[in-house]
Amino acid sequence: MNPKSVAVVGAAETTQMGRIPDVSVIGLHADAALNAMADAGLSAKDIDGVACAGISPVELAHYMGITPTYADGTMVGGCSFMLHVRHAAAAISNGLCNTVLITHGESGRSRVGAAPFGRSPASLMGQFEMPFGVTSPPTMFTVPVLRYLKERGYTEEDLAWVAVIQREWAALNPRASMKDPITVDDVLNSPMIAWPFRLLMCCLVTDGGGALILTSADRAKDMPQRPVYILGTGESVETPMVSQMEDFTTSKAFRVSGKKAFTEAGISHSDVDHLMIYDAFAHLPLYGLEDLGFCERGEAAEFIRNRNTAIGGKLPLNTNGGGLSYMHSGMYGMYALQESVRQLRGTAEAQVDGAKISIAHGVGGMFAASGTIIMTNEK
Amino acid sequence: MPSRILPQPTPETQHFWDGCREGVLKLQRCGCCAHVYFPPRPFCPDCSSRDVEVFDASGKALLWSYVINHRPRPDMGSEPHSIAVVKLAEGPQMMTNIVECPQEPEFLVLDMPVEVVFAEQEGGISLPFFKPAEG
Ligand SMILES: [Zn+2]
Repeated sequence: MNPKSVAVVGAAETTQMGRIPDVSVIGLHADAALNAMADAGLSAKDIDGVACAGISPVELAHYMGITPTYADGTMVGGCSFMLHVRHAAAAISNGLCNTVLITHGESGRSRVGAAPFGRSPASLMGQFEMPFGVTSPPTMFTVPVLRYLKERGYTEEDLAWVAVIQREWAALNPRASMKDPITVDDVLNSPMIAWPFRLLMCCLVTDGGGALILTSADRAKDMPQRPVYILGTGESVETPMVSQMEDFTTSKAFRVSGKKAFTEAGISHSDVDHLMIYDAFAHLPLYGLEDLGFCERGEAAEFIRNRNTAIGGKLPLNTNGGGLSYMHSGMYGMYALQESVRQLRGTAEAQVDGAKISIAHGVGGMFAASGTIIMTNEK
Repeated sequence: MPSRILPQPTPETQHFWDGCREGVLKLQRCGCCAHVYFPPRPFCPDCSSRDVEVFDASGKALLWSYVINHRPRPDMGSEPHSIAVVKLAEGPQMMTNIVECPQEPEFLVLDMPVEVVFAEQEGGISLPFFKPAEG
């Protein structure tokens, strides 16, 4: 893909967010898709590419009445949508299709029409992790963290600061699930989930969805919304088992994906006005700042504590409140992308003045996968 | 308490679980590049050679990282317990539980030496746990 040759022309979240007991999973996909089509001034007949995770692109295309010449069912967890954007940009550039709809919908809290949890006991994870009591992400995604804290000299308090500052951002977002201010003490006194992780260091569990529509920059000129151009993209995967990460203090997938996106975009870190790092748990922004190269190893915690990522800071981070305070339906990457688009359209609730370049960096599984999308509003 | 969630061996991993039942921790080593790896597979993930052998590991390791789960799975009882990763003396990392040790941060110190102990379960499965090393 040539930088800026493809643009986001439609972007929307589901009409409701938080607890939506009266809409099923596929209904959330459809609600977000219809909102994004309305945003772009398009209908199903104008769309010839589909991508989604959680349900199959066959289900999506049929349900929405789309006849695609391009279908992407990439499912690598919460950053799947970053990969969908990347693949869609390449597909549009190469003439596989003209206009791609990417959807996410998840009934994470209410579980209406949701698939059951569970992994085969014969899978590698089923054999070599499940027998030791891992349950959901709070007991898996967190396993490398004590080693990370030790190697970096970080503390539980450093994890708490991530949650505190993101809550400050959430307070500016009316749609955020959690808006009341919290202190470091509040975080460190919240119920213990899995030492060293307490409740307020873990993401929310909510219902919702989002959708994006991408087309060529040429077509975007005639569309109703201010185009947001794809500037650079990256993706990688490392391991389905968190215990088998090459190094507990850094994500290989983050490093590979981030470097690829920066190289393609041809920008340096100081060019970046706004950043989203998928925060399923409070340690992820720390890993992300280091692995994307915004901070030296060992300096990310101080960078956050010194309010560089807070309101008025030089690198506004997770300005919707993040998975910790805005919403987290299970695969949060879509909401990080939505916030990047809003910031570059100039329509965010916590708008960063004059933002020109934004990065949405996602994680999938438990450090299993990663996707990085760099966007700009300048042609 | 429901019975513990147990692994279902496959042809590629059977030797590992047979080893656990016999009280030996089995790893694999590449005949081409000498890379030692886990989990089991019939080729080397470093150089792609199929020339690999199974060998008896020392069972010695360091406590590499862990959490203490305060909301145990129903089959894991009701008390907080460790979910740990140990770094084996031979190199690979392995998920396990630290046993014969209070399940509290003061007693679960990173880099402390641990050694394997096998715990018999139902259906011919033994799980490899680790306990603080003696001496
Ligand atoms: Zn080899």
